[in-house]
Order: sequence, then C-alpha cells, then structure tokens
Amino acid sequence: MTQYSPSELMVVVAARELRDKESVLVGVGIPNLAANLAKKLQAPGLNMVYESGAVGSNPTRMPLSIGDPCLVTGAKSVCSMYEQFAYYLQGGRIDVGFLGGAQIDKYGNINSTVIGQYKTPKVRLPGSGGACDIASNVKKIIVITPHEKRRFVEKVDFRTSPGFVDGKANWKNLKLQGAGPYAVITNLCTMKFDDETGEMVVVSLHPGVTIEKVQENTPWKLKVAPKLETTPEPTEKELATLRSLDPTKIYLG
Amino acid sequence: MMSMKEAVAKHVSDGDLVYLAGFTHMIPFAAGHEIIRQNRRDLTLARATPDIIYDQMIAAGCAKKLIFSYAGNPGVGSLRCFRRALEKGQPKPLEIEEYTHFGLSGRLFAGATNMPFLPMRTNIGSDLPPYNAAIKTVNDPYTGDEISVVPPLKPDVAVVHVQRADSEGNSHIWGIIGEQKDAAFASKKVIISAEEIVDEDVIRSDPNRTLIPDFVVHAVVHEPWCAHPSYVQGYYDRDNEFYMQWDEITKEHDSTMKYIDEWVHGVENRAQYMKKLSAEKILKLTPKAAYCTPVDYGTL
Repeated sequence: MTQYSPSELMVVVAARELRDKESVLVGVGIPNLAANLAKKLQAPGLNMVYESGAVGSNPTRMPLSIGDPCLVTGAKSVCSMYEQFAYYLQGGRIDVGFLGGAQIDKYGNINSTVIGQYKTPKVRLPGSGGACDIASNVKKIIVITPHEKRRFVEKVDFRTSPGFVDGKANWKNLKLQGAGPYAVITNLCTMKFDDETGEMVVVSLHPGVTIEKVQENTPWKLKVAPKLETTPEPTEKELATLRSLDPTKIYLG
Repeated sequence: MMSMKEAVAKHVSDGDLVYLAGFTHMIPFAAGHEIIRQNRRDLTLARATPDIIYDQMIAAGCAKKLIFSYAGNPGVGSLRCFRRALEKGQPKPLEIEEYTHFGLSGRLFAGATNMPFLPMRTNIGSDLPPYNAAIKTVNDPYTGDEISVVPPLKPDVAVVHVQRADSEGNSHIWGIIGEQKDAAFASKKVIISAEEIVDEDVIRSDPNRTLIPDFVVHAVVHEPWCAHPSYVQGYYDRDNEFYMQWDEITKEHDSTMKYIDEWVHGVENRAQYMKKLSAEKILKLTPKAAYCTPVDYGTL
C-alpha cells in the first residue's frame, strides 16, 4: 500500500463527494485539487466555476490565486465579479461550494473574520470574501479542515458564513436558497449533518482513527452515526492521479 | 492624455472615496504609489480585495477608512499592515466597513446603475449585518419575505488599468474583468491607465471588447507595467515571488516603511520603478502568446 499524507487523504475523500455534471465553485489549494481529481476520475463533466468569474477553466499550472491568469487562458467563459455572484451563485446554478475557515461549530457555522471581538480583534482574519454568499446559495457546502480543538469550537467568535445557525428549525425560517452544510472532511473523519437538528454527526472514520481520537479533538460531545463506517483507503489510481496534479507538492505537503 | 502624476494631482483629493479597481488582475499599483508620493490623506479606500496596494497605502498613512470584502494576501495569507492598523492602531487606527464579495460588487452595480439599493440573497444568518449598519433588510413587496439590501457605492474617483485604450479612454479589457466596468460607471471621476495607447480604429475593430467608453472617462494615462506586482493578461504574469516577500517585508511597520521609502518615494514614476526591477525578472514574467480566433463583424 502506498503511503499518503493527511492532506492527500482529505483531497481524495472530498473528490469522492463530487458527481459527474455537477457545478462546483472552487477555491485555490485543496478544493481546487479535489475538483480536478474528481474531474479526472468519476466526474469528467464536472463544471468548475471560480469566484473570480472564470468558468470551465483548463489551467496549465497550479493556480497561484483565485484570480490566476491560467484560469482564463483556455476557459469556457469569463464574466465579471458581479455576474459570477448574480448569474451563477444567486441564479441557483452552483451545486457544491467548498469552504474553510479558522473556526467551525457543531451546526457548521464558519468564522473567517476575527478571533476575539470584532471591534477589538485579537487576530483579524481576511473576512468573508465570497464565503457567506456561497454558504447562502449552494445545494451542498463541503468544508475541508484540519481536525484541531482550536478550529472546532462550541461557538464561533463571529459567524461569517451561516451553517444551520442555532439549529435546523430556526434555520428554515431564514429561507436561504442554499441547502446548508453537507459534509465536513477532516484529517480524522467525515461528518455529515442530522436531518432533524442540523447538528454534525460523525459518519466515517479515516483508516486507523478511533472515535475517541476524534472526540479528543472536538470540544463538544459528538453525535455518532448508528452505522459508523471506515473511510476506504485512497486507491493507487487516486493517489497517482492526485500527485500528477500537484507534482511539486505545493498543497500536498 | 497626461502622466499619472498629473492625473492624481488633478483628480484625487484629500478625503476622497477612492476605488482602485481589479480583482487580483490589473491592480493599478502605479496609481497607488503616486497617491502615496503626493501624500494624500484621510482617504476612504474601497476595494473588494484590498490586496498589497491598499496594505501599502494603509502603512503610508493615506487611509482613514477601508470598505472591503476580503482583506488577505491572495494565495499567501494575511495583509499585515491592515492587521496592524486594526489590532494595534499602527500607524493609525483604521475604520472599516465590511461586506461579502457579492455585497460589495452589488454596491458598485447599484452605484453604476443609479439604483436606490440592491436586494440580494446573502448576509441573512451572518454576523456581518449587526456590525455594518449599511446592510439592511426590506420586505419583498411581492412575497413579504425578508431580503437583504445594500446601498449604492459611488466613489469620488476610480482608477482602472486596462490592456489598451485610445487617447480618449475607450478601453479594451480581457481576462478577469472583476469589477472594472462597474467601478468606472459608479464613480464620479475615472482615470484610465493603459498598457498600450492604440488608434481609435483598433478599438472600433472590436467594439464588444470595449467595457469602458470615453464619455465616462476623465483622464487617460499611458502607463506600461502599471499593475506590477499584480498582472495583466497577455502582457505579464503576477510576480508571485513578490507577493510572498511582502509577507516578510511587512513583519514590522519600520521594515514596511523602508520598502516604501525605496520603491515608492525613492522613484519618480513607474518608468523609474521598472528600471529598478531586474531584466531577468521582467523576462521571467513575460508570457508566451495565445491569440484568440478572430471574429468577423461583417460590413455592408
């Protein structure tokens, strides 16, 4: 069995969540790799849309940022920033959006704005960018994040992007167009969300990981699916394809 | 036609709301540097992505307030000068007014189209509205449902860098077109800066590529390499090495000012700045050509 890094495992698991013909709003780094991997394997018809307005990009190098010129040359279309958010995202044309952040809570709310108080920040983070817009409008939000106690918190310091807010009952009253968080993929496990309550539930443990280890790295008492699965190891094919996408290991360290 | 020095002297005043356009692409660094050299103060700087240019202007003390949606060093990490202003008040405190990307680009669209406000499906459920009084909700007059709205943004002056323009400012833009057109139409005054100045015939040969027409333009500047270390599609690549170095340069306020003294105050204009960059770097940033298939407009 080929050895693999925690980042490689997260990308492979995320890629498996993508279906052929879906439209996915991609960020740079890990989500970009997951989308490109899925496209080379089970989802050749995956439609990749970037926040910068590039649609159906065909990059010849690893994009250095969301606005890299390699996302334009050879793309299907390029539109303005307003059009990307209005026509594609608000237009209801995006199935999957990838998000990350400094903090996430049990309802999938994400903080990418500030650690500490908004007006007296301990650490000021970049802010929403398109994250809140994506969270409000896509059919599936997939979060990829390292599983650490400082990231998984009881309550986020600032709710930049709404998950199920304080539970699914109240969330429904907000009438957001999007269907809310779908999966959280970490280096330890995959979690999905309870249909009734909107709370995070561990559904699959990655190879060699115990539920105790996941709980140790999560500050609240985790819900666990009745039929807890083990994530299948990355296959040789998945790993070889993935490594060809990032040969110099910019993101796969 | 005028120089960047003349355009900034004539059109950018202390206290103005300034929008230097470009989503990662074609960010008019040369204009930002000229604003620093001319020591403009109390500016409200607006940009979806403040990027390195506003980090420099904040460090240089030009900014009173920042209107933005994502204050990061794209693909690298933090904007340290922005953070220092917020976390430590250095070199001085900075007011902020924060939106999502959709919110800020929507504000420009509303400004450009002279709308009283723009409804949008975002913000609800986020903590942004409680900290920004300009993000409000109204009831949809058709369904009664609550919807988020943002006000129009009408900058005093926008600077938009483009690949090519004629001497009147009719501008061809391609690649990531970000919020360039919206910023130009939303602003009271527009400075166009162009990699190349071309004949009117070149512009008229491809009118679909003209995103900004001359009658919204107040000044035209011929400024090759205006966007470095950002990039211009088909002309030069992003200087990613510099974007990474910026993280080091800005570790302290003093080291940041040393850079600004050398690369902004230490040169008179963009041409001198380019002379300071190594020929090797310029060569490395120059892309290979990739032409599109010509289109036939037909003639009668």
